[in-house]
Amino acid sequence: MERIPILKMGDFLLVTIQVDMHDQLALTLQDDLSERISQTSARGVLIDISALDMVDSFIGRMIGTISGLSKIMDAETVLVGMQPAVAITLVELGLTLPGVSTALNVERGMKLLQDRVRDQ
Amino acid sequence: MTVRDSGTQPINIEQDVVLARQLTRKLATECGMRLIDLTKLVTAVSELARNTMVYGGGGNMDWQILEENGRTGVRLVFRDEGPGIPDLKLAMTDGWTSGSGLGLGLTGAKRLVEEFELDTEPGKGTRITITRWT
Repeated sequence: MERIPILKMGDFLLVTIQVDMHDQLALTLQDDLSERISQTSARGVLIDISALDMVDSFIGRMIGTISGLSKIMDAETVLVGMQPAVAITLVELGLTLPGVSTALNVERGMKLLQDRVRDQ
Repeated sequence: MTVRDSGTQPINIEQDVVLARQLTRKLATECGMRLIDLTKLVTAVSELARNTMVYGGGGNMDWQILEENGRTGVRLVFRDEGPGIPDLKLAMTDGWTSGSGLGLGLTGAKRLVEEFELDTEPGKGTRITITRWT
């Protein structure tokens, strides 16, 4: 089955979405991530969407769900790399991703996660 | 108004929603649409194509490249022969959903395009036409 790879980097998990996702693929990622957080006791999840040229309400909901469930599992989620056109479209669509932390790129996102984990 | 090119993309399975998005991106690029407008159109297509598949039980997306007074546009018609929308006013309310979604698909898609037309009849099906000009 087609899957989006989840990489472990120290205490964090890194997901880079590089394909045009159909809905089932997004749901599989959601399940896989919760399982990996539990397996690895990860403290943070970094989701890189810099290669995504569109985020619709389905993907937006998936991002919100991942963020919520990782929080419950004691891991922080940071969404990074959203393209400007995608951000403008999301807001116009009516999706503002409440409760989801964001950073401009992977480097800043990683820093944000490290700071948060250290503060805890 | 002249139609420069046209065709049909079936929307029956999840992968067809992806194909509909990719086709729209290609058509909009050929029209020279700006990236932001293109992104809005592709996102609207994703929402409406999913609705056609999930709520309409499958259907088609007819596409047209239009020319009018020196401008070019992409017109897309999503049509299904599903159950139709019984309460249109309710369906066009932000946050309302008959399924398990966020209830932003229909209203959000309308905000993302310049022209939006919806015809529906309970028991007969739904037809949504959207247009975005360059």
